[in-house]
Amino acid sequence: MKHNNFGYLLGEGVRAMFKHGFMSFAAICITVACLVIINSFALISYNLDLTVGEVQKELRIVVCIDENYTEAESKSVGSDINLLPNVANAEFVSRQQALEDFIGDSDASLFEGLEADAMRDQFVVTLVDNAQVAETKEALENINGVSDVYADIEVGNALATIRTVLYIASLAIAAVLLIVSLIIISNTIRLAMLDRREEIAIMKMVGATNSFIRFPFFVEGFFLGLFGAVFSFFIEWGLYEVLRKAVLNTGLKVITIIPFTDMLVPMALVCCVAGFVIGIFGSVMSIRRFLKV
Amino acid sequence: MIDLVNVTKTYETGTHALNGIDMHIDDGEFVFLVGASGSGKSTIIKLLTAELKPTSGSILVNGYKLESIKRSSVPYMRRTLGVIFQDFRLIENKTVYENVAFAMRVIGASAKEIKKRVPYVLELVGLENKGRRLPNELSGGEQQRVAIARALINNPTMIIADEPTGNLDPARSFEIMLLLEQINALGTTVMVVTHEKGLVDRFTKRVVAIDEGRVISDGMDGYYNYEA
Ligand SMILES: Nc1ncnc2c1ncn2[C@@H]1O[C@H](COP(=O)(O)OP(=O)(O)O)[C@@H](O)[C@H]1O
Ligand SMILES: [Mg+2]
Repeated sequence: MKHNNFGYLLGEGVRAMFKHGFMSFAAICITVACLVIINSFALISYNLDLTVGEVQKELRIVVCIDENYTEAESKSVGSDINLLPNVANAEFVSRQQALEDFIGDSDASLFEGLEADAMRDQFVVTLVDNAQVAETKEALENINGVSDVYADIEVGNALATIRTVLYIASLAIAAVLLIVSLIIISNTIRLAMLDRREEIAIMKMVGATNSFIRFPFFVEGFFLGLFGAVFSFFIEWGLYEVLRKAVLNTGLKVITIIPFTDMLVPMALVCCVAGFVIGIFGSVMSIRRFLKV
Repeated sequence: MIDLVNVTKTYETGTHALNGIDMHIDDGEFVFLVGASGSGKSTIIKLLTAELKPTSGSILVNGYKLESIKRSSVPYMRRTLGVIFQDFRLIENKTVYENVAFAMRVIGASAKEIKKRVPYVLELVGLENKGRRLPNELSGGEQQRVAIARALINNPTMIIADEPTGNLDPARSFEIMLLLEQINALGTTVMVVTHEKGLVDRFTKRVVAIDEGRVISDGMDGYYNYEA
């Protein structure tokens, strides 16, 4: 197509969008809703991911040494512990230290009479790969001189499970919403085409090429998708910041929630690509059905 | 130049609309295609414009072999034809000028070319003062002139008109025929489908008569023996 018609074709597409104001509005709204929901799930998953990571990073295994071992003997067990491939670090904590840690900042008088002998020497172990915590725990238990191993597996696992469920749920919801958006945009374009059926027939009759006939409808679909993307981006931003303030106000430091501005570029990209895909595919779907000859 | 050799067309419904049509039209000719309602006239036109494919036989239109034409070539073939219908087929919310310019624009003409050619063609069909009117502000005869202007705007080698005077009174019909004759005199081939015997008889032209999908007569006598 010649360059001097580009402006004309672009104009035709935009004009059509305003002509079907209500339908276009509906198409943009549904696209916005779709993108906001998809992005919300993505953001929640992402933050949960970070939270799981943080929780797992803090995973510590406490290895208690046989209470009959002297401090020197206890320390020597450390070399066996360090031999395990999944052990990143093993820090020795003597009975005395353990007692002090236990009492901590509390009023010492509460624990009067509590002797260091009541505690055991221990190693605080961090792992290379937290996923293998169960296997490593077993290996630690088999080391000579180790009496008990305490590992807090459950919290990390539970969070990881929630994250997986959320991933699957958000993928499913996103897929359904994408299809709904596609159908609505496609129908908007189809209405635009039906509305201009006579014009299209005349265009064909006088020898307009198919690409020329289609182009304005692509433009319309593209802009519907684009507007959907832009609006959803800012709405998402607003919603997310409200949620973030609420989370921060609960004071639960366990939950990681990063500021939206840290994700500005990826979020903008996701919105634009999704809007673009919805718009273009939506119009292609109806153009295909309509412009066969 | 148009050449139909042993063309048949059977619709999906099983109707045998054309049963072996042979017809040749040279550049510059003026031809009336006549026949009773349902004899297959419009089917021939739909084949010539590649709206339909023939069931068998071969069709040559201005150098394009329509029985085997590629879909992407169809628009270019159509640009060699100007088609006119009984019901005008104008865009109601566009002015006369815009209706004609539209046909140029959608095949990629520049604004400059459009500005130059549209007034010329409007004058040719006698509508130089009606460019700003909307179709429904014009008489039937004038609307058909707009359609003729639109058909001519891209300078086709041939004009095909399917019952162009079907909605017009006899005086307007005659004027439209005179206009088509004048266009033919300027070098464009013209093929007019009609079943108005009286109108055909006022001209001395080649008349091809068809019945039940076959050519039953083809001559320069200027009349035909068909009763409506
Ligand atoms: N789209 C169609 N599907 C099935 N049959 C058709 C179709 N168009 C026309 N016909 C039939 O083909 C025959 C020729 O029709 P047509 O070419 O329109 O005749 P004319 O234009 O001479 O009146 C008629 O019997 C008509 O009913
Ligand atoms: Mg007919």
